[in-house]
Amino acid sequence: MTQEQKFEYLLRLGDNALILGQRLGEWCGHGPALEEDIALTNISLDLIGQARSILTYAGELEGKGRDEDKLAFFRDAHDFRNVLLVEQPNGHFGDTIARQFLYDHFAWLLFNELMQSSDEQVAAIAAKSIKEVTYHRRHSSEWIIRLGDGTEESHAKIQQSINDLWMYTGELYTPDALDEAAHAAGIAPDLTKLADYWHENVHGVLKQATLDIPEDGWMQKGGKQGIHSEHLGFMLAEMQHIPRAYPDAQW
Amino acid sequence: MTTTDEAHILELLTEVKDPEIPVLNVVDMGIVRKVESEGDKLIVTITPTYSGCPAMDVISANIRTVMRKHFGEQVEVKTVLHPPWTTDWLTDDAREKLREYGIAPPEKGSPDKSLLFGEKAPVACPKCGSENTKMVSEFGSTSCKAHYKCNECLEPFDYFKCI
Ligand SMILES: [Zn+2]
Repeated sequence: MTQEQKFEYLLRLGDNALILGQRLGEWCGHGPALEEDIALTNISLDLIGQARSILTYAGELEGKGRDEDKLAFFRDAHDFRNVLLVEQPNGHFGDTIARQFLYDHFAWLLFNELMQSSDEQVAAIAAKSIKEVTYHRRHSSEWIIRLGDGTEESHAKIQQSINDLWMYTGELYTPDALDEAAHAAGIAPDLTKLADYWHENVHGVLKQATLDIPEDGWMQKGGKQGIHSEHLGFMLAEMQHIPRAYPDAQW
Repeated sequence: MTTTDEAHILELLTEVKDPEIPVLNVVDMGIVRKVESEGDKLIVTITPTYSGCPAMDVISANIRTVMRKHFGEQVEVKTVLHPPWTTDWLTDDAREKLREYGIAPPEKGSPDKSLLFGEKAPVACPKCGSENTKMVSEFGSTSCKAHYKCNECLEPFDYFKCI
Protein backbone atom coordinates (compact mmCIF):
# COMPACT_ATOMS: atom_id res chain seq x y z
CA MET A 1 0.00 0.00 0.00
CA THR A 2 1.44 3.38 -0.98
CA GLN A 3 1.63 6.32 1.44
CA GLU A 4 -1.05 8.12 -0.59
CA GLN A 5 -3.39 5.17 -0.30
CA LYS A 6 -2.79 4.96 3.41
CA PHE A 7 -3.48 8.67 3.75
CA GLU A 8 -6.77 8.17 1.86
CA TYR A 9 -7.72 5.28 4.10
CA LEU A 10 -7.06 7.34 7.22
CA LEU A 11 -9.21 10.14 5.82
CA ARG A 12 -12.10 7.69 5.63
CA LEU A 13 -11.73 6.82 9.30
CA GLY A 14 -11.15 10.39 10.41
CA ASP A 15 -13.86 11.98 8.28
CA ASN A 16 -16.52 9.53 9.47
CA ALA A 17 -15.83 10.59 13.05
CA LEU A 18 -15.50 14.28 12.22
CA ILE A 19 -18.67 14.62 10.16
CA LEU A 20 -20.83 12.58 12.52
CA GLY A 21 -19.38 14.50 15.47
CA GLN A 22 -20.23 17.80 13.80
CA ARG A 23 -23.76 16.60 13.00
CA LEU A 24 -24.36 15.59 16.62
CA GLY A 25 -22.99 18.94 17.76
CA GLU A 26 -25.94 20.57 15.97
CA TRP A 27 -28.12 19.13 18.75
CA CYS A 28 -26.40 21.28 21.36
CA GLY A 29 -29.17 23.18 23.11
CA HIS A 30 -31.86 21.42 21.05
CA GLY A 31 -32.04 17.95 22.64
CA PRO A 32 -35.49 16.58 23.48
CA ALA A 33 -34.53 16.40 27.16
CA LEU A 34 -31.58 17.79 29.09
CA GLU A 35 -30.02 14.33 29.56
CA GLU A 36 -30.19 13.61 25.84
CA ASP A 37 -28.84 17.01 24.93
CA ILE A 38 -25.84 16.21 27.11
CA ALA A 39 -25.58 12.64 25.79
CA LEU A 40 -25.54 13.64 22.12
CA THR A 41 -22.98 16.37 22.66
CA ASN A 42 -20.82 14.06 24.79
CA ILE A 43 -20.81 11.55 21.95
CA SER A 44 -20.03 14.39 19.55
CA LEU A 45 -17.03 15.33 21.66
CA ASP A 46 -15.73 11.75 21.70
CA LEU A 47 -16.07 11.53 17.92
CA ILE A 48 -14.31 14.83 17.32
CA GLY A 49 -11.55 13.64 19.64
CA GLN A 50 -11.20 10.46 17.61
CA ALA A 51 -11.18 12.50 14.40
CA ARG A 52 -8.45 14.69 15.81
CA SER A 53 -6.18 11.71 16.58
CA ILE A 54 -6.75 10.14 13.18
CA LEU A 55 -6.43 13.32 11.10
CA THR A 56 -3.32 14.42 12.98
CA TYR A 57 -1.73 11.12 12.06
CA ALA A 58 -2.98 11.36 8.46
CA GLY A 59 -1.41 14.80 8.16
CA GLU A 60 1.93 13.59 9.51
CA LEU A 61 1.90 10.69 7.11
CA GLU A 62 1.09 12.92 4.17
CA GLY A 63 4.07 15.08 5.03
CA LYS A 64 2.77 18.30 3.47
CA GLY A 65 2.48 20.19 6.72
CA ARG A 66 -1.28 19.80 7.06
CA ASP A 67 -2.40 19.31 10.65
CA GLU A 68 -5.83 18.16 11.83
CA ASP A 69 -7.26 21.69 11.63
CA LYS A 70 -6.03 22.22 8.07
CA LEU A 71 -7.58 18.92 7.07
CA ALA A 72 -10.87 19.64 8.82
CA PHE A 73 -11.35 23.25 7.77
CA PHE A 74 -9.56 23.70 4.46
CA ARG A 75 -10.82 20.83 2.35
CA ASP A 76 -13.90 21.02 0.15
CA ALA A 77 -16.70 18.45 0.04
CA HIS A 78 -15.16 16.35 -2.76
CA ASP A 79 -12.00 15.90 -0.68
CA PHE A 80 -13.92 14.37 2.20
CA ARG A 81 -13.97 10.57 2.41
CA ASN A 82 -16.72 9.89 4.96
CA VAL A 83 -19.58 7.51 4.18
CA LEU A 84 -22.89 9.05 3.10
CA LEU A 85 -24.66 7.81 6.22
CA VAL A 86 -22.88 10.15 8.63
CA GLU A 87 -23.56 13.33 6.64
CA GLN A 88 -27.33 12.78 6.50
CA PRO A 89 -29.22 15.55 8.32
CA ASN A 90 -30.27 15.09 11.93
CA GLY A 91 -34.00 15.03 11.16
CA HIS A 92 -35.99 14.31 14.32
CA PHE A 93 -34.50 12.61 17.37
CA GLY A 94 -35.42 9.15 16.03
CA ASP A 95 -33.61 9.84 12.74
CA THR A 96 -30.49 10.87 14.66
CA ILE A 97 -30.67 7.78 16.87
CA ALA A 98 -31.20 5.48 13.87
CA ARG A 99 -28.20 6.98 12.05
CA GLN A 100 -26.10 6.64 15.22
CA PHE A 101 -27.22 3.06 15.82
CA LEU A 102 -26.33 1.92 12.29
CA TYR A 103 -22.95 3.64 12.49
CA ASP A 104 -22.08 2.62 16.07
CA HIS A 105 -22.51 -1.07 15.31
CA PHE A 106 -20.18 -0.72 12.34
CA ALA A 107 -17.62 1.42 14.19
CA TRP A 108 -17.52 -0.99 17.10
CA LEU A 109 -16.76 -3.96 14.82
CA LEU A 110 -14.23 -1.99 12.81
CA PHE A 111 -12.30 -0.60 15.78
CA ASN A 112 -12.33 -4.01 17.41
CA GLU A 113 -10.45 -5.33 14.37
CA LEU A 114 -8.27 -2.24 13.92
CA MET A 115 -6.80 -2.87 17.37
CA GLN A 116 -4.85 -5.64 15.60
CA SER A 117 -3.76 -3.35 12.75
CA SER A 118 -0.19 -3.73 11.51
CA ASP A 119 0.06 0.05 11.86
CA GLU A 120 0.83 0.73 15.52
CA GLN A 121 -0.69 4.19 15.58
CA VAL A 122 -3.93 2.97 14.00
CA ALA A 123 -4.03 0.13 16.55
CA ALA A 124 -3.49 2.60 19.41
CA ILE A 125 -6.21 4.95 18.20
CA ALA A 126 -8.60 2.00 17.82
CA ALA A 127 -7.85 0.71 21.33
CA LYS A 128 -8.57 4.16 22.71
CA SER A 129 -11.71 4.72 20.64
CA ILE A 130 -13.38 1.37 21.22
CA LYS A 131 -13.87 2.22 24.88
CA GLU A 132 -15.96 5.20 23.81
CA VAL A 133 -17.74 3.48 20.92
CA THR A 134 -18.78 0.72 23.33
CA TYR A 135 -20.99 3.06 25.32
CA HIS A 136 -22.14 4.99 22.25
CA ARG A 137 -23.39 1.69 20.85
CA ARG A 138 -25.15 0.86 24.08
CA HIS A 139 -26.81 4.27 24.18
CA SER A 140 -28.14 4.15 20.61
CA SER A 141 -29.21 0.48 20.88
CA GLU A 142 -31.12 1.14 24.10
CA TRP A 143 -32.97 3.98 22.39
CA ILE A 144 -33.82 1.84 19.36
CA ILE A 145 -35.42 -0.70 21.70
CA ARG A 146 -37.17 1.92 23.79
CA LEU A 147 -38.62 3.70 20.76
CA GLY A 148 -39.41 0.53 18.78
CA ASP A 149 -41.01 -1.21 21.72
CA GLY A 150 -42.58 2.02 22.96
CA THR A 151 -45.81 3.65 21.83
CA GLU A 152 -47.51 3.15 18.49
CA GLU A 153 -46.23 6.54 17.37
CA SER A 154 -42.62 6.03 18.46
CA HIS A 155 -42.64 2.58 16.85
CA ALA A 156 -43.88 3.93 13.53
CA LYS A 157 -41.44 6.83 13.55
CA ILE A 158 -38.31 4.83 14.37
CA GLN A 159 -39.29 2.16 11.82
CA GLN A 160 -39.49 4.90 9.21
CA SER A 161 -36.11 6.31 10.26
CA ILE A 162 -34.46 2.88 9.94
CA ASN A 163 -36.13 2.29 6.57
CA ASP A 164 -35.06 5.71 5.26
CA LEU A 165 -31.40 5.27 6.23
CA TRP A 166 -31.01 1.63 5.27
CA MET A 167 -29.84 2.41 1.73
CA TYR A 168 -26.77 4.15 3.19
CA THR A 169 -25.60 1.11 5.15
CA GLY A 170 -24.20 -0.95 2.25
CA GLU A 171 -21.33 1.48 1.84
CA LEU A 172 -20.14 0.79 5.38
CA TYR A 173 -19.32 -2.84 4.80
CA THR A 174 -18.86 -3.13 1.01
CA PRO A 175 -15.14 -2.94 0.24
CA ASP A 176 -13.69 -1.09 -2.74
CA ALA A 177 -10.14 -1.38 -4.09
CA LEU A 178 -8.72 0.85 -1.35
CA ASP A 179 -10.37 -1.14 1.45
CA GLU A 180 -8.96 -4.29 -0.12
CA ALA A 181 -5.48 -2.79 -0.35
CA ALA A 182 -5.68 -1.74 3.32
CA HIS A 183 -6.73 -5.27 4.22
CA ALA A 184 -3.93 -6.82 2.15
CA ALA A 185 -1.42 -4.56 3.95
CA GLY A 186 -2.70 -5.80 7.32
CA ILE A 187 -3.82 -2.28 8.23
CA ALA A 188 -7.56 -2.93 8.07
CA PRO A 189 -9.84 -5.96 8.37
CA ASP A 190 -11.76 -7.75 5.64
CA LEU A 191 -14.97 -5.73 5.41
CA THR A 192 -16.96 -8.62 3.92
CA LYS A 193 -16.44 -10.49 7.18
CA LEU A 194 -17.59 -7.53 9.24
CA ALA A 195 -20.72 -7.38 7.09
CA ASP A 196 -22.01 -10.66 8.53
CA TYR A 197 -21.43 -9.59 12.12
CA TRP A 198 -22.96 -6.19 11.46
CA HIS A 199 -26.15 -7.77 10.11
CA GLU A 200 -26.33 -10.23 12.97
CA ASN A 201 -25.91 -7.57 15.66
CA VAL A 202 -28.16 -4.96 14.06
CA HIS A 203 -30.87 -7.53 13.33
CA GLY A 204 -30.71 -8.72 16.94
CA VAL A 205 -31.45 -5.27 18.32
CA LEU A 206 -34.13 -4.52 15.73
CA LYS A 207 -35.91 -7.76 16.61
CA GLN A 208 -35.77 -6.93 20.30
CA ALA A 209 -37.22 -3.54 19.40
CA THR A 210 -40.11 -5.31 17.60
CA LEU A 211 -39.06 -3.57 14.38
CA ASP A 212 -39.03 -4.99 10.87
CA ILE A 213 -35.65 -5.59 9.28
CA PRO A 214 -35.47 -3.78 5.93
CA GLU A 215 -34.42 -5.69 2.83
CA ASP A 216 -30.89 -5.10 1.59
CA GLY A 217 -32.00 -3.54 -1.69
CA TRP A 218 -30.37 -0.77 -3.72
CA MET A 219 -27.51 0.77 -1.74
CA GLN A 220 -26.27 4.33 -2.22
CA LYS A 221 -22.53 4.72 -2.33
CA GLY A 222 -19.85 7.26 -3.23
CA GLY A 223 -18.92 9.00 0.00
CA LYS A 224 -15.74 6.99 0.45
CA GLN A 225 -14.64 8.15 -3.02
CA GLY A 226 -15.60 11.78 -2.44
CA ILE A 227 -19.00 11.78 -4.18
CA HIS A 228 -21.34 13.17 -1.58
CA SER A 229 -24.98 14.05 -1.10
CA GLU A 230 -25.87 17.75 -1.28
CA HIS A 231 -26.09 17.87 2.53
CA LEU A 232 -22.34 17.80 3.09
CA GLY A 233 -21.63 21.12 1.39
CA PHE A 234 -24.11 23.03 3.55
CA MET A 235 -22.74 21.42 6.64
CA LEU A 236 -19.14 22.24 5.75
CA ALA A 237 -20.08 25.83 4.98
CA GLU A 238 -21.21 26.23 8.56
CA MET A 239 -18.37 24.21 10.06
CA GLN A 240 -15.60 25.89 8.10
CA HIS A 241 -16.63 29.50 7.67
CA ILE A 242 -14.90 30.98 10.74
CA PRO A 243 -11.46 29.45 10.10
CA ARG A 244 -11.76 30.35 6.43
CA ALA A 245 -12.80 33.93 7.14
CA TYR A 246 -9.97 34.33 9.67
CA PRO A 247 -7.40 31.77 8.53
CA ASP A 248 -4.65 32.82 10.91
CA ALA A 249 -6.84 33.20 13.97
CA GLN A 250 -5.48 31.60 17.12
CA TRP A 251 -7.27 30.71 20.32
CA MET B 1 17.73 10.42 35.52
CA THR B 2 17.83 8.72 38.90
CA THR B 3 14.86 7.32 40.75
CA THR B 4 15.06 10.16 43.28
CA ASP B 5 14.92 12.75 40.47
CA GLU B 6 11.91 10.99 39.05
CA ALA B 7 10.16 10.85 42.43
CA HIS B 8 10.92 14.54 42.90
CA ILE B 9 9.44 15.44 39.51
CA LEU B 10 6.34 13.37 40.16
CA GLU B 11 5.99 15.15 43.48
CA LEU B 12 6.15 18.52 41.67
CA LEU B 13 3.60 17.30 39.12
CA THR B 14 1.02 16.82 41.87
CA GLU B 15 0.67 20.61 41.69
CA VAL B 16 -1.10 20.16 38.35
CA LYS B 17 -4.80 19.52 38.88
CA ASP B 18 -7.52 18.34 36.55
CA PRO B 19 -9.32 21.60 35.68
CA GLU B 20 -12.68 19.80 35.69
CA ILE B 21 -12.13 17.83 38.92
CA PRO B 22 -9.78 20.06 40.90
CA VAL B 23 -9.37 17.60 43.77
CA LEU B 24 -7.42 15.26 41.48
CA ASN B 25 -3.90 15.88 40.28
CA VAL B 26 -2.37 14.39 37.16
CA VAL B 27 -0.36 11.79 39.09
CA ASP B 28 -3.44 10.60 41.05
CA MET B 29 -5.27 10.22 37.77
CA GLY B 30 -2.59 8.02 36.28
CA ILE B 31 -2.21 10.13 33.15
CA VAL B 32 1.53 10.76 33.67
CA ARG B 33 3.14 7.78 31.97
CA LYS B 34 6.81 8.68 32.03
CA VAL B 35 9.31 11.35 32.99
CA GLU B 36 12.72 11.20 31.37
CA SER B 37 15.59 13.42 30.34
CA GLU B 38 17.21 13.65 26.95
CA GLY B 39 20.39 15.71 27.21
CA ASP B 40 19.26 18.98 28.81
CA LYS B 41 15.65 18.37 27.95
CA LEU B 42 13.01 17.07 30.33
CA ILE B 43 10.24 15.04 28.71
CA VAL B 44 6.94 14.33 30.42
CA THR B 45 4.73 11.80 28.65
CA ILE B 46 1.01 11.82 29.32
CA THR B 47 -1.96 9.88 27.97
CA PRO B 48 -5.46 11.30 27.45
CA THR B 49 -8.38 10.01 29.49
CA TYR B 50 -10.98 10.42 26.71
CA SER B 51 -10.24 11.14 23.04
CA GLY B 52 -12.06 14.45 23.06
CA CYS B 53 -11.40 15.52 26.63
CA PRO B 54 -11.01 19.31 26.39
CA ALA B 55 -9.11 19.34 29.69
CA MET B 56 -6.10 17.63 28.10
CA ASP B 57 -4.79 20.75 26.36
CA VAL B 58 -5.07 22.75 29.57
CA ILE B 59 -3.38 19.95 31.49
CA SER B 60 -0.38 19.80 29.15
CA ALA B 61 -0.04 23.58 29.22
CA ASN B 62 -0.12 23.52 33.03
CA ILE B 63 2.45 20.72 33.21
CA ARG B 64 4.71 22.76 30.96
CA THR B 65 4.32 25.83 33.16
CA VAL B 66 5.09 23.99 36.39
CA MET B 67 8.06 22.15 34.92
CA ARG B 68 9.51 25.34 33.44
CA LYS B 69 9.28 27.05 36.79
CA HIS B 70 11.61 24.41 38.23
CA PHE B 71 13.73 23.30 35.29
CA GLY B 72 13.82 26.15 32.75
CA GLU B 73 12.72 26.23 29.14
CA GLN B 74 13.86 22.78 28.04
CA VAL B 75 10.62 20.96 28.75
CA GLU B 76 8.51 18.91 26.40
CA VAL B 77 5.10 17.36 27.07
CA LYS B 78 4.40 14.37 24.82
CA THR B 79 1.07 12.61 24.38
CA VAL B 80 0.84 8.89 23.73
CA LEU B 81 -2.30 6.83 23.14
CA HIS B 82 -0.89 3.41 23.86
CA PRO B 83 -1.59 1.71 26.16
CA PRO B 84 -5.01 3.39 26.47
CA TRP B 85 -5.87 5.02 29.77
CA THR B 86 -8.16 3.06 32.03
CA THR B 87 -9.92 4.01 35.25
CA ASP B 88 -7.86 1.26 36.93
CA TRP B 89 -4.96 3.71 36.85
CA LEU B 90 -6.68 6.03 39.32
CA THR B 91 -4.84 5.60 42.61
CA ASP B 92 -6.75 4.48 45.73
CA ASP B 93 -6.04 7.92 47.08
CA ALA B 94 -7.72 9.45 44.03
CA ARG B 95 -10.81 7.25 44.52
CA GLU B 96 -11.13 8.47 48.10
CA LYS B 97 -10.72 12.10 47.02
CA LEU B 98 -13.44 11.65 44.41
CA ARG B 99 -15.85 10.21 46.96
CA GLU B 100 -15.20 13.05 49.39
CA TYR B 101 -15.75 15.52 46.56
CA GLY B 102 -19.19 13.97 45.88
CA ILE B 103 -18.33 11.90 42.80
CA ALA B 104 -18.78 8.13 43.06
CA PRO B 105 -15.45 6.53 42.02
CA PRO B 106 -15.39 3.95 39.21
CA GLU B 107 -15.53 0.27 40.06
CA LYS B 108 -12.27 -1.59 39.53
CA GLY B 109 -11.61 -3.77 36.51
CA SER B 110 -12.38 -2.86 32.91
CA PRO B 111 -15.92 -3.57 31.72
CA ASP B 112 -16.48 -6.38 29.23
CA LYS B 113 -16.61 -4.55 25.91
CA SER B 114 -18.05 -7.48 24.01
CA LEU B 115 -21.39 -7.25 25.79
CA LEU B 116 -23.94 -4.93 24.23
CA PHE B 117 -25.92 -4.50 27.44
CA GLY B 118 -23.61 -5.49 30.28
CA GLU B 119 -24.89 -6.01 33.82
CA LYS B 120 -24.06 -2.88 35.74
CA ALA B 121 -22.50 -3.29 39.17
CA PRO B 122 -24.23 -1.25 41.88
CA VAL B 123 -22.84 2.24 42.40
CA ALA B 124 -22.78 3.49 45.99
CA CYS B 125 -24.04 6.99 46.73
CA PRO B 126 -21.03 9.17 47.68
CA LYS B 127 -23.19 11.07 50.19
CA CYS B 128 -24.88 8.30 52.21
CA GLY B 129 -23.20 5.12 50.95
CA SER B 130 -26.46 3.45 49.92
CA GLU B 131 -26.34 1.15 46.90
CA ASN B 132 -29.99 1.85 46.21
CA THR B 133 -29.13 4.17 43.34
CA LYS B 134 -30.29 4.60 39.76
CA MET B 135 -28.53 5.70 36.61
CA VAL B 136 -30.28 8.73 35.12
CA SER B 137 -28.01 9.00 32.08
CA GLU B 138 -24.79 7.40 30.99
CA PHE B 139 -23.60 10.87 30.02
CA GLY B 140 -22.90 13.62 32.51
CA SER B 141 -21.38 17.07 32.82
CA THR B 142 -18.01 15.89 31.40
CA SER B 143 -16.89 12.97 29.21
CA CYS B 144 -15.76 10.95 32.20
CA LYS B 145 -18.96 11.08 34.21
CA ALA B 146 -22.41 9.47 34.24
CA HIS B 147 -25.41 10.95 35.99
CA TYR B 148 -26.99 9.04 38.93
CA LYS B 149 -29.49 9.61 41.68
CA CYS B 150 -29.75 8.08 45.12
CA ASN B 151 -33.11 6.54 46.02
CA GLU B 152 -32.21 6.63 49.72
CA CYS B 153 -31.12 10.23 50.39
CA LEU B 154 -32.60 11.49 47.08
CA GLU B 155 -29.41 13.36 46.12
CA PRO B 156 -28.33 13.44 42.48
CA PHE B 157 -24.64 12.69 41.99
CA ASP B 158 -21.97 12.07 39.36
CA TYR B 159 -20.36 8.69 38.82
CA PHE B 160 -16.86 8.56 37.34
CA LYS B 161 -17.59 5.94 34.73
CA CYS B 162 -15.47 2.89 34.30
CA ILE B 163 -13.49 2.50 31.08
ZN1 LIG C 1 -27.55 8.75 49.09
